[in-house]
Amino acid sequence: MSLETYKPGSYPNLPPPLGTVGVSGWVRNNLFSSISNSLLTILSVTLLYYLIFGIVDWFLLDAVFDANSKIECRKINDGACWAVVSRRIGQFVYGFYPEAERWRIDITFYAMFFAFAPLLYPDVPKRKYLLWFSGIYPILAYLFINGGYFGLTKIEYSLFGGFMLTVIIGVTGIVCSLPIGILLALGRQSKLTVVRTLCVCFIEFMRGVPLITLLFVASSMLNYFMPPGTNFSILVRVIIMFTFFSAAYIAEVIRGGIQAIPKGQYEAADALGLNYWQKTRFITLPQAMKISIPGIVNTFIGLYKDTTLVVVIGLLDPLGIARASLADTKWNGLSIEVYIFVALFFFVSCLAMSRYSLWLENKLNTDHK
Amino acid sequence: MKTKILLAAATAGVMFAGSVLASTLDDVRARGKLNCIINTGLAGFAAPDDKGNWTGFDVDFCKAVAAATLGDASKVNYTTATGKTRFTKLAAGEGEILSRNTTWTFSRDVDLSQTFIGVSYYDGQGFMVPKALGVKSAKGLDGASVCIQTGTTTELNLAEFFAANNMKYNPVPIETNSEAQELYKAGRCDVYTTDASGLYATMSSFDNPSDHMVLPEIVSKEPLGPVVRHGDDQWADIVGWTLRAMMAGEELNITSANVKSLAGKDNKNKEINRLLGKDPLQGLSKLGLSADWAVQVISQVGNYAEVFEKNLGMSTPLKIARGANQLYRDGGLFYIPPIK
Repeated sequence: MSLETYKPGSYPNLPPPLGTVGVSGWVRNNLFSSISNSLLTILSVTLLYYLIFGIVDWFLLDAVFDANSKIECRKINDGACWAVVSRRIGQFVYGFYPEAERWRIDITFYAMFFAFAPLLYPDVPKRKYLLWFSGIYPILAYLFINGGYFGLTKIEYSLFGGFMLTVIIGVTGIVCSLPIGILLALGRQSKLTVVRTLCVCFIEFMRGVPLITLLFVASSMLNYFMPPGTNFSILVRVIIMFTFFSAAYIAEVIRGGIQAIPKGQYEAADALGLNYWQKTRFITLPQAMKISIPGIVNTFIGLYKDTTLVVVIGLLDPLGIARASLADTKWNGLSIEVYIFVALFFFVSCLAMSRYSLWLENKLNTDHK
Repeated sequence: MKTKILLAAATAGVMFAGSVLASTLDDVRARGKLNCIINTGLAGFAAPDDKGNWTGFDVDFCKAVAAATLGDASKVNYTTATGKTRFTKLAAGEGEILSRNTTWTFSRDVDLSQTFIGVSYYDGQGFMVPKALGVKSAKGLDGASVCIQTGTTTELNLAEFFAANNMKYNPVPIETNSEAQELYKAGRCDVYTTDASGLYATMSSFDNPSDHMVLPEIVSKEPLGPVVRHGDDQWADIVGWTLRAMMAGEELNITSANVKSLAGKDNKNKEINRLLGKDPLQGLSKLGLSADWAVQVISQVGNYAEVFEKNLGMSTPLKIARGANQLYRDGGLFYIPPIK
């Protein structure tokens, strides 16, 4: 090794010593910095190897995607038997809705995105016209799914099921509970004693009673109050209960938002001479809603997942379909596959909701960070 | 005082209005469909197939009643109910029949104002063990850990059976049947106990069903059968005699294959003639059924033996033996009144 000499100030920038930067540097610093760390690393990698490969094997590589029964599945390969899902995908999505009429559900579902787009995204092109569509969409959807009009076959509620039922209950509950929740929150703050008392009673009652109790009331007790012969569909009863239940929670979330607004805002509004409704619409609510977004979405996600509770009153939501599928002697015993599939559906829907709420929060963020 | 009288009058009016409704049979005929309340899913008894058609032992009985009353076994609306909601659904009129493996008990019959029209399946609580355990009788289960569904009558039956035999057990509480399957397979419990039909269903879901066995002891009586509302005897008779016609079909060797030819000719056994409408059956018009009602039931659904074999019997994965569920002449419990 020869000694080199440099003029003062001309010493070149040498690369850092080998193994302290880059991938190898990171690995050495973080994974193999000591003997115990090295051992732990090796142990974890081995465990991960078996875990990941085991899961991938079971999930995909050794899985059977089409077969006639569980026995056939097991003959082909010993991984997951997704055939139970692929053979019954129609039931999981539409329940027992007649196959020939399922296009009605498809159209209603896709139209839902057009109805929601102008409400969820302010920058949608032709928003004014789409908003009209959003307004009439619920009526159209109701008529279209139920049928009995315009030459469409009438479909019994007892045939509704699967993801379609979850979306119907969940979306209707979400859409209806927000305005009711806002009114309840305002009512609770009202200076009118009667209004305030009514709102407080409603909110406290709904929050104080478990949802499952309300569902039993919807399924059993309401029948006794109604005159004999009335056919008030169980699905409508359930949706009303879900809406009320979630509205009570939304009301409290929004009340939190309203109370978080500084007093100066109200005083400024009063000083401007705004009346109650102007103050609410232009000052209070816009700010309160912005603060409450995470809480509101939280409640919505909760409501959406709670729709699985309808299984206890005999409605066949995805979990009910799963249970019924497992009762078929051909597929008996494939509970893991079926429940994973249902879980994936709920995970994807709920993730979409929470991502949207994050996006909205960032968009409306006016903090001076 | 006046308001009180008015209130009473109004209440009476509502009750009266409720009682003068058309008969159940008329309702069903007017609607053109029978509303039947079934299980949300129980192997062999009620489960949807891949196409979404309900099949099973309880489902076939709904079809039989539809065949008898409407002449078409496919005209049934199925409403699913859980164990908790079934009776209120029936009481509220969401169905005309509750055909959901329901145990006939005193309080259900009397207190809940329902009519049990007969027994379609004699079940009973049993024990399933791995053959490797080497136990041949439930009396040898002292000290075993037992998977048991909480909040059911089976829990009480289990405690009573073990106490009566001076044995101890460790309960492993579970919520659902599928949870029990996983725990049992994983060896967390030595024994799984529930209704014997449920045990066979569970066993059929295992990869090696022959490694397990159901012990001979049955520790409870679970007579299962269809239920109708109190108050419409005509309807109760229709449903009851539909069940008996299916059993009579087995007794008289009338099957879905030969019923049409037997109905067309004059048989030596006059009971066949009466059942199939060749000879008049006294009082049939009071039931409001047509003369060929039993022909419709047996040709479209089958006799009892056919329905049992199709859904629960040796040709199915459940492999349930007839046991008590056969005619008295074969050593079972079905002794049906004569058709005359």
